[in-house]
Amino acid sequence: MWMKRTTVLALLLAASALPLGAQEISGDELRSLDGQVQEIKSDVLSIASELNNLEERLLYPSNTQLSLFVAVDEGEDFRLDSLKIEIDDELATHHIYSFQELEALRKGGVQRIYTGNVVTGDHRLRVTVLGKHDNGKDFEASDSFTFTKDVKPKALGVTLAGPGLGASGIRIGDW
Amino acid sequence: MRAAPLTAGGLLLCALLAASRAPADELRDLYFGEALYFAHQGDFFAALERLDTEVKQHSGVDEPELDSLHYHIDDAEFALGDFELRYRMHHRAGRAIRAVLEGAVDELVRNDAAYRLARIHFQKSQMADALRALERIEGRVPAAIRDDIEFLRANIYLAVGRPGDAIGIFAELEDSSEFGGFAAYNLGIAFLEDGQRDAALEQLDRAGQPAGGGDDAELAIRDKSNLVLGTIHLEEGDYDRAIPFLNRVRLDGPFSNQALLSLGWANLSAENAERAVVPWKMLAGREVTDPATQEALLALPYAYGKLDVHGRAAVHYGQALDAFGAEVEKLNASIESIREGRFLEALVREEIRKDKNWVIRLRSLPETPETYYLMQLLASHDFQTGLQNYLDLADLRRKLKAWEAGFDAFDEMVGIRAAHYDPLLPDVDEEFRELDSRLRLRTEQHRMLVKRRDHMLTTPRPDFLATREEQAMLRRIEALEAALGAADGGDPGVAFSLQRLERLKGVLAFRLETEYHERLATFDRNLGDLGEAMAHVREQYDAYVRSRQAATHSYVGYEPLIARLRGQVGQSVERIDRAMARQGHLLELVAVEVLIARRGRLENFRDKARFALADSYDRASQAQAKAGSK
Repeated sequence: MWMKRTTVLALLLAASALPLGAQEISGDELRSLDGQVQEIKSDVLSIASELNNLEERLLYPSNTQLSLFVAVDEGEDFRLDSLKIEIDDELATHHIYSFQELEALRKGGVQRIYTGNVVTGDHRLRVTVLGKHDNGKDFEASDSFTFTKDVKPKALGVTLAGPGLGASGIRIGDW
Repeated sequence: MRAAPLTAGGLLLCALLAASRAPADELRDLYFGEALYFAHQGDFFAALERLDTEVKQHSGVDEPELDSLHYHIDDAEFALGDFELRYRMHHRAGRAIRAVLEGAVDELVRNDAAYRLARIHFQKSQMADALRALERIEGRVPAAIRDDIEFLRANIYLAVGRPGDAIGIFAELEDSSEFGGFAAYNLGIAFLEDGQRDAALEQLDRAGQPAGGGDDAELAIRDKSNLVLGTIHLEEGDYDRAIPFLNRVRLDGPFSNQALLSLGWANLSAENAERAVVPWKMLAGREVTDPATQEALLALPYAYGKLDVHGRAAVHYGQALDAFGAEVEKLNASIESIREGRFLEALVREEIRKDKNWVIRLRSLPETPETYYLMQLLASHDFQTGLQNYLDLADLRRKLKAWEAGFDAFDEMVGIRAAHYDPLLPDVDEEFRELDSRLRLRTEQHRMLVKRRDHMLTTPRPDFLATREEQAMLRRIEALEAALGAADGGDPGVAFSLQRLERLKGVLAFRLETEYHERLATFDRNLGDLGEAMAHVREQYDAYVRSRQAATHSYVGYEPLIARLRGQVGQSVERIDRAMARQGHLLELVAVEVLIARRGRLENFRDKARFALADSYDRASQAQAKAGSK
């Protein structure tokens, strides 16, 4: 629907064109600048990628690196308000979801919610979810898991589903 | 009249991403999922940054089929092109999509890619290339874009002056749930451009038929059909036929102002000034920056004049004069403000752009008069592109400046680690070297023992399992034997001693032979324990080596990388500053030109209003005098 709306807007705008002079002045140069802007974007993207890599190496060495990702099960209609993650009884992160973020999760996006360092060995992970059912009722679900960190970077996925009867609706798995 | 232009990939992206939605347990590559997470929020920079890195890493691995992205690589490469398109990086998007086309991908994916490539060419007005891309589509086509492809094809035909070829396609698309309204309107335009006037009027009439329901866009395209139809009749002097079509245009739609203005002119031209007053009066009370409203301010008193209501005409001319004066002032302030650079400052204000309706909000900001006419400026595609580029550059600049500040933190972090480790590590290394040589020795000994055990399993060697005492005893016996052997052989004492030594050796040999298996088992058990201890030591050794390496990796070798990135960021900021200055200057130039043109039009209106006001006063006075004399 958005596309159509924009199409109409473009049509509407096309009706009140700029004076010819202004178009002549700007057209070619604006287009050449457009090419330059695309090159700059490309360069900045490559800097961003290197910088992320540098940051990861400096802050999260692979032997201690732990990343936690969050996904929502397909077809879930519950509203996720916030997510709290504790590792070994210490608060690791607490995230409050915006509408956009929740929509992105519902559409299949995966959120990297935490990157940090833990020593090798066994650890305890506690996930607490606050939200609303599709019938508007509030819910709070919490579950604890254990995971083992070895010398390789560890990526754990937390998958959320609406809490069903007697189940927290929270699953974790290696990714 | 133009064909409805297509917009950048919005709908398609949604289709693609929706297609990519898989249950979380089916998603094999979380970095791809992370890129989608950003893309779904419209943050295409972050999405591209993640996915680009991931795809590059994937192409660099020795066994890509073992990499988790392998399961999504077609979608990922496709998404890459899509994100680039959405981030207005058409050059790279084109390359990425071409790569999909060249690759060994599924027919559906290839056809989707060909369609996307065609859209890029269409947006860049490269119609021949767009058609060539569409010609590559063959075989199965994703159902979600079947109509999109045909709609694009027909629009390309319209754009290259082949309306005859477009007619059939638009006709078939009239039933499309997605493009029905647009196809109906464009079919009318195609008939018009093909010289089939009657068919065009009939078609536009059909496209503009009021029907119940429809979303905003469908209602708007209906309005547009009626407006075009009304305008055609108006321009041909067929005023009575124009009126019903203009009346069909909704009063709250995007074409309402233009329709009201034309409706007034149609009525006035049909010698029905009274009916002209109604739409113009309504229009005169609307947003004063709209060109139609401004024209209505002048047209309304003109209609009153035609009705011989000169007093009221004079009042409205006076109001128009005031309004034009105020608008000219506003335009002057806008032009001045733009020349002082405040236009661009207002545009890049981040808090404003967080609002979905930021363009509309800008217009209402009292401190930014230069943005009142922004909607009119956005009429130009080049201006829109330039503005969007300017905003993108401003965003990139903000990112780069934040990164620039981060380099100092990195430097400090590396410095602190160096200060901590540099004095410690030489002593640690010295101690480690000593431990390392001891460990190597013990490892070698362990290896030898294992080898000996393995050997004894096939070739029994009881002497190898003699205890330390037994070995000492044996050595002693051998030494005594040697000593006695060298003594006088005829001495019976010596012979007796040798016999005794022989018996002792026999006792020892007997013990070693009879206890051999038991001893071997004990030896093997002890060796097993030793193996465990060695493995434990090896683990500790490896852990130490890793920690030691991590210590070095935590601060050594970063300076050149940080320095290079710092330099690149600095250079990029400079490039962005230059590009922003040029882009900004052009935008200002275009904006000022547009505003000067608008001001010229308003000044012209003001002059007309001034003369008409005087004329209306005269006529009103004359009428009053005439009435008085009567």
